[in-house]
Amino acid sequence: MELLWDGYIQPGIWIVAKILAIVLPLLIAVAYLTYAERKVIGAMQMRKGPNVVGPFGLLQPLADGLKLFLKETVIPTSANKVVFLIAPMLTFILALVAWAVIPFGEGLVISNLNVGILYLFAISSLGVYGIVMAGWSSNSKYAFLGALRSAAQMVSYEISIGLIIISVLLTTGSLNLSDIVLAQSGGIWNWNFIYHLPMFVIFIVSILAETNRAPFDLPEAEAELVSGYNVDYSAMTFALFFLGEYANMILMSGLCATLFLGGWQAPLPFLDFIPGPLWFIFKICMVLFIFLWVRATFPRYRYDQLMRLGWKVFLPLSFAWVMLVATFLVVFDKVPA
Amino acid sequence: MVVQALAFYLFAIIAVISAAMVVTVRNPVHSVLFLILTFFNAAGLFVLLGAEFLAMLLVVVYVGAIAVLFMFVVMMLDINFVEMREGFLSYLPIGVLVAAVLFVELAFVGGGWVMTDAKMAAIAQPVPADMNNINALGMLLYTDYAYIFQAAGLVLLTAMIGAIVLTLRHRKGVRRQNISQQVQRQRAETLEIKKVPVGRGI
Repeated sequence: MELLWDGYIQPGIWIVAKILAIVLPLLIAVAYLTYAERKVIGAMQMRKGPNVVGPFGLLQPLADGLKLFLKETVIPTSANKVVFLIAPMLTFILALVAWAVIPFGEGLVISNLNVGILYLFAISSLGVYGIVMAGWSSNSKYAFLGALRSAAQMVSYEISIGLIIISVLLTTGSLNLSDIVLAQSGGIWNWNFIYHLPMFVIFIVSILAETNRAPFDLPEAEAELVSGYNVDYSAMTFALFFLGEYANMILMSGLCATLFLGGWQAPLPFLDFIPGPLWFIFKICMVLFIFLWVRATFPRYRYDQLMRLGWKVFLPLSFAWVMLVATFLVVFDKVPA
Repeated sequence: MVVQALAFYLFAIIAVISAAMVVTVRNPVHSVLFLILTFFNAAGLFVLLGAEFLAMLLVVVYVGAIAVLFMFVVMMLDINFVEMREGFLSYLPIGVLVAAVLFVELAFVGGGWVMTDAKMAAIAQPVPADMNNINALGMLLYTDYAYIFQAAGLVLLTAMIGAIVLTLRHRKGVRRQNISQQVQRQRAETLEIKKVPVGRGI
């Protein structure tokens, strides 16, 4: 009995508690990201944004959530029901499980995998299935076209993201996310975005495409495809897609902060008194602001130009950068042990 | 260890069942989805073996890239499910033959396996104690088997070039976009401002 308690039940409870400690704030963050998006874009377009429900409209996300929760879930008669219902769940689950390896501070990580970055990459490469399954199972032209577009788009931009990650890994010498952050310790001048500045820019653009955000939001181009792969979804199934998409945005911002912006570390040594998780959250918010800023600023790309950008511009550039970094490290004998 | 054993049986059972489903379900898209589930559980088994790098690679390459292309093709094809079933009996003997050959080969491989002490030690600790399995794999691939690795890369390159050559064709009369030309375009070449007299037009 003692062994059962100490060996299984206690660690089990502990793990569940840790998971809840990440998932619940994440869901709240997703809700308020939608609020921030509407407020920021409103401000940029000189509107007010949501301001009726609660003080400054702060309860708007809750009202939206409640509305989606109470609506009827409609399943089209010609849909492939099982796949139709699995697709939103898959999107949502994948957006959550990836957080297991993100370090929020020194040792503040659920699972300190030594292939953490590959795990993240693997999980984000699975995100395409939720969309493809949704598009196919809806049995509708618009949904299917949206799914096809987004599948091609996500697969293309994953390649350049992979190469960018490789060039960062070359300079840090580890696939463990905590080690990558620790390799950037010592202040802002040691952060990767300074050494990999061109790749940092390409990475930001690529994660916009990877998360299907404007100006690369062709999968849900409302002008041509109504709303793309999720056109037949309603109520909670739609909400799961929405939550998954926004959680993915936050995740990609977290990845960006970990790889390029020094993770939980303070930019200047004397600012160390502010706890690491706060710095990490602050950096995530900065990258998220770029997401919103870009959405309010740029018009949507044309599809062939999107593909051209991915394959003919980003892919050769990131390849060249990997070569350059590798050559530099070997020639100057700076290969990390 | 109980958890590991339970996880092993979970992954193994789901892998076998979904592999069987790949060949038995009627809808080809479902069979691709089951194939993905099989890959996923195989990756889980790799993790249990302590080969987490291979597990992640399996998910990234097979599930994240190759299966997506499968799915793409299968979804785009206009497949008549009834017609597909018709040829089942006529192809059955060939299928059984192939399966039998593969089974015999596997049996030979398994039967010829001799357990020496060195192999037992390697199974107990597949990776040297002073490095993690990524380092170990890198050492093997880039030092001991560097030439074979390069040769494999060359084979893939040839396949890639072959695919490009087969599909590349230049059609006449297609207008293509030249981005650099568009970017370099000056205002003077494209715009002409004219004063239009009122009431007369140009």
